[in-house]
Amino acid sequence: MTNRLTTRFAELTAYNRAGFVAYMMAGDGDSQGLLNALPAAGADVIELGMPFTDPMADGPSIQASALRALEAGMTLKGTLAQAAEFRKRDTETPLVLMGYANPIFSMGWEAFAKAAAKAGVDGLICVDVPPEEDNELRTALTKQGIALIRLATPTTDDDRLATVVANTAGFVYYVSTTGVTGAGTGVVTEVGAAVDRVKAASGLPVAVGFGVREPEQAEAIAKRADAVVVGSAIVDAMHEGGIDGATGLVKRLASAVHAARR
Amino acid sequence: MSETASADTRPNALSAWPDIDGRFGDFGGRFVAETLMPNILELEKAYEAAKADPGFKAEMDLFLTDYVGKPSPIYFAERLTEAFGGAKIWLKRDELNHTGSHKINNCLGQVLLAKRMGKTRIIAETGAGQHGVATATVAARFGIPCTVFMGATDVERQAPNVFRMKLLGAEVIPVTSGTGTLKDAMNEALRDWVTNVSDTFYVIGTVAGPHPYPAMVRDFQSIIGREARAQMMDRLGRLPDACVACIGGGSNAMGLFHPFIEDEEVRLIGVEAAGHGVETGKHAASLKGGRPGILHGNKTYLLQDDDGQIIDAHSISAGLDYPGIGPEHAFLHDMKRAEYVSATDEEAMEMFQLCTKLEGIIPALEPSHALARVRDLAKELGPDGVILMNMCGRGDKDVPQVARMLGVEL
Ligand SMILES: Cc1ncc(COP(=O)(O)O)c(C=O)c1O
Repeated sequence: MTNRLTTRFAELTAYNRAGFVAYMMAGDGDSQGLLNALPAAGADVIELGMPFTDPMADGPSIQASALRALEAGMTLKGTLAQAAEFRKRDTETPLVLMGYANPIFSMGWEAFAKAAAKAGVDGLICVDVPPEEDNELRTALTKQGIALIRLATPTTDDDRLATVVANTAGFVYYVSTTGVTGAGTGVVTEVGAAVDRVKAASGLPVAVGFGVREPEQAEAIAKRADAVVVGSAIVDAMHEGGIDGATGLVKRLASAVHAARR
Repeated sequence: MSETASADTRPNALSAWPDIDGRFGDFGGRFVAETLMPNILELEKAYEAAKADPGFKAEMDLFLTDYVGKPSPIYFAERLTEAFGGAKIWLKRDELNHTGSHKINNCLGQVLLAKRMGKTRIIAETGAGQHGVATATVAARFGIPCTVFMGATDVERQAPNVFRMKLLGAEVIPVTSGTGTLKDAMNEALRDWVTNVSDTFYVIGTVAGPHPYPAMVRDFQSIIGREARAQMMDRLGRLPDACVACIGGGSNAMGLFHPFIEDEEVRLIGVEAAGHGVETGKHAASLKGGRPGILHGNKTYLLQDDDGQIIDAHSISAGLDYPGIGPEHAFLHDMKRAEYVSATDEEAMEMFQLCTKLEGIIPALEPSHALARVRDLAKELGPDGVILMNMCGRGDKDVPQVARMLGVEL
């Protein structure tokens, strides 16, 4: 499957550069404004959070952000509308939706996949749908050329890794610690070894996230991983400092990541 | 449908589910974050091994009799029968269990399993606090540190149980995220588990969560129905016309129903909490007022809006205040093997007082819901009928709340 994700990671590899993946929550503040501004601030890939009432794998920052977004009236349809609006202005930056199963299931796996494709979405991370349960969702997405991106974690041993990377596409998201989003990062050397393992098993680029907040951490991880994901810190910066606060942080993080291998 | 369960791996008896994928028909499954998948698969293996081990069963049985006080009796509620003016009402007295509810049947099983698996820390979620108390009790008995997550709203309305848990040595963490009730406590317990995967055992308190929990909790709770079925045969020489139980997540109901599933002549009736009334939107009746969705590890009926966002449940009873229901109930509902009805806050309050006055049994607010539908059913079945209701908990924990509602200062 070739889509914007494949192209973007190929470009990054060609420049021997790690990528910066920025996560933000749809509907929390002027999210359309932030979404539109992220590529210029240095985001190579964007993860757009779909708010859910019961975000079981998220820490306090993203939980609170999701509740604010829902309170402000955001829905899955609204999130897809923001993606479509973004895609009108930017035809190159890969856009990945991230969230939980129920709103998607409620819309219908197929209907969601079609609507997401129409909105110019390139990938989906569905936190609570593991490989054992994703057959219908994956089939629906594949038909529309959307990559189902899986998570590998420190608890994913070699046996399980084979299951996790089978039928996956785009990139693999390596969750650097056991824990919720926003908790501390793992030890960088261990993360490096895990990245190599996941890369070898999947043949796909590996992005590392969960708990990265500071440019220094991002830079250290970028020496070993294909991309670094930052979520909670951006969500907090957006909440506290609006679009300028969030893009300011993204610029610092992205330049640290982009400079890591120089 | 999952791809691995081919037609010939599907159980053909209704009582033989789940299939190998942890599905009850289309419900159930394992919808958890990847971090937890290895744990859940490990748990499934460990549980299968324990089930096959006579040593595990012997240890369970010993503690069930000497510590929990099993078997609990069945009791002919003569004065309620008279008051309702119809079928004979028999109560399965699981409120007489140690700690005052059916919850300990399951906690004992899971904590013994945790011990077998070498886990050194126990976590649990709780609504009414009964599951928290039961877990803290068994954890105390086996010397395993225990942390209980409880919605901040529930901490307030179930204060006596919070203090009991603390006396038992458990750490009680009030959960303020979301609406501070049972579903939020479960989210927080799952977050803790994702963080402390290697040493921690999560004791889920009802027939919900990812596979193998719904099947495992049902198995541990099935002692209710197994005992009651044998006791009915022994005392009356017949099976009841109907088994009735209240439903929060559905563990006491599933425990009562399961041994009767193949007895086609026995009606199985689950009573959900209707709160202010199902038509008001302020209720906890997932089957009556919800539709299928995915939450807390399984596919089942959920209270949700058009966007698939979870709607808060409402019930006077903290133990029923949950926007979902165990996947096996969703299955029995769709297969029409069990019937699901509901009772309001007001009806539960009325039954709480009536049962106390007539039988000298203070029921928990949860089974008080079941009593309201037993009243109707008694009339429907008439004097020849026999109803077996699970008195799944005693109401001591609810006394302060009921007093408050009746405007009495303690
Ligand atoms: C006495 C009692 N009954 C019923 C319930 C509801 O749970 P379930 O439906 O799993 O039996 C609770 C839960 O706290 C309870 O304490």
